[in-house]
Amino acid sequence: MSRRLTVDPIDCTGHGACAELLPERVQLDDWGYPMLADEPIPEELLAHARRAVAACPTLALRLELERRAS
Amino acid sequence: MNTPGLPRLVAGLRSPSGLTLNEHAECHGALADAPRRGEALIAAIAAAGLRGRGGAAFPTAVKLRAVAAGRGRRALVVNGAEGEPMSSKDRLLLELAPHLVLDGALLAAEAVGARDLVVTVKRSARSAHAAVSHALTERRDTRGVRLQTSADGYISGEETALLHQLNGGPATPTLAPPRPHERGLGRRPTLISNVETLAHLALIARHGPAWFRQLGTADHPGSALITLAGAVQRPGVHEIALGMPVAQAIAGSRGAPVRAVLVGGYYGIWLTPEAVASARLDDASMRTLGAGLGAGVVVALPADACPAAEVARVVRWMADENAGQCGPCVHGLDAVADALERLVAGTAGTDVVARLQRWSGQVQGRGACHHPDGVVGFLRSALTVFAPEFEAHRRHGPCHACHRHPILRVPTVRERLAA
Repeated sequence: MSRRLTVDPIDCTGHGACAELLPERVQLDDWGYPMLADEPIPEELLAHARRAVAACPTLALRLELERRAS
Repeated sequence: MNTPGLPRLVAGLRSPSGLTLNEHAECHGALADAPRRGEALIAAIAAAGLRGRGGAAFPTAVKLRAVAAGRGRRALVVNGAEGEPMSSKDRLLLELAPHLVLDGALLAAEAVGARDLVVTVKRSARSAHAAVSHALTERRDTRGVRLQTSADGYISGEETALLHQLNGGPATPTLAPPRPHERGLGRRPTLISNVETLAHLALIARHGPAWFRQLGTADHPGSALITLAGAVQRPGVHEIALGMPVAQAIAGSRGAPVRAVLVGGYYGIWLTPEAVASARLDDASMRTLGAGLGAGVVVALPADACPAAEVARVVRWMADENAGQCGPCVHGLDAVADALERLVAGTAGTDVVARLQRWSGQVQGRGACHHPDGVVGFLRSALTVFAPEFEAHRRHGPCHACHRHPILRVPTVRERLAA
């Protein structure tokens, strides 16, 4: 079961911790808000992804079980 | 624009006052005689292929079924927020055919099992509010119906924003899911539907899907209200058969040459005169060109207007209409609008168009709602269609047409305060 990072754009205030902790999947735009790679998180990055989620000061970053395309 | 089979929605209408309940029943037949109700109505709507007329062209039957399948008490919201500044079709229907809209709302509420029914009208549409208010006093079947005003503003009519407001919050979008059919008015499964959509539904209940499909295309059947503006012979709201050639809609444009045509309002796209020759006014045809039909706004920009100034003014206003929630929209659209203003003033760097493209790409898809996507879609098509004008402004600054009376209207601060 694969997992995917999502960000709630309303809650996100652009602290940028996610990009520091998971540069493999998170880039910041020109205003400092995270742009997430549109692909599942592989096993070897899972611990880093969890750390990034835990470090988000506004709880905007989430690691979700991949939903089937509806 | 005489089309056999029309008018439908606007049948019998005359300004300045709306049809009374008796006139309405004479024109369309009484609601009590409508043969398709409840589950049979939902089936008829599915067979008719009715799509929502608020902008997204989503199949109405899918929404009806989703809400009907919801648990517990259900609700229905009639969306009359009409935030698109150039559109006035919903206001016109509410003013002149309030009973048709109320018929549709009652039929839809019955079909999905909704007991709470709210009609919303934007604050500035005072005569529409008065007309609905009066219409409610004429009927006996609308005791549970509430009439509420909603905030003016471009995104106030976005469905989650309208529900947010009706639930006591600000008129700002919320993150979906949960979608309105899952959790809407008072957290209940809610059908939220555009004014015109419900008016069509009321006619399908009377005349059936085969009648509905006598006009329009297979994918986007029926008639639609469009609002025409700019270099056209008869500006204002018209009922057309969907699939009508754009060229026909703007035909007879007072002899004034047309530089380009905006279809779909301020989330829409610009069509060159060449594209106009083959484009048609239905959602699928428009989508092949880059954006849907939206709420049916069609503006013919005359050749003597300045497209660069027009576009920059709209983008600035649309940027300012952001909900103040999502960073990429708040900061990104502001940066885009700024750069565009500098471009038109002739004070931007040589790389300004590349920067606009880069920022457009970064903003796309990054909001809780589709506001940023709609605005950059409008901007990108303008940058393509009006490339020579933008380049001339970048080099030489404002042109002699920059300060002409605007063709693309944005509400002024005074209008907003008065509302």
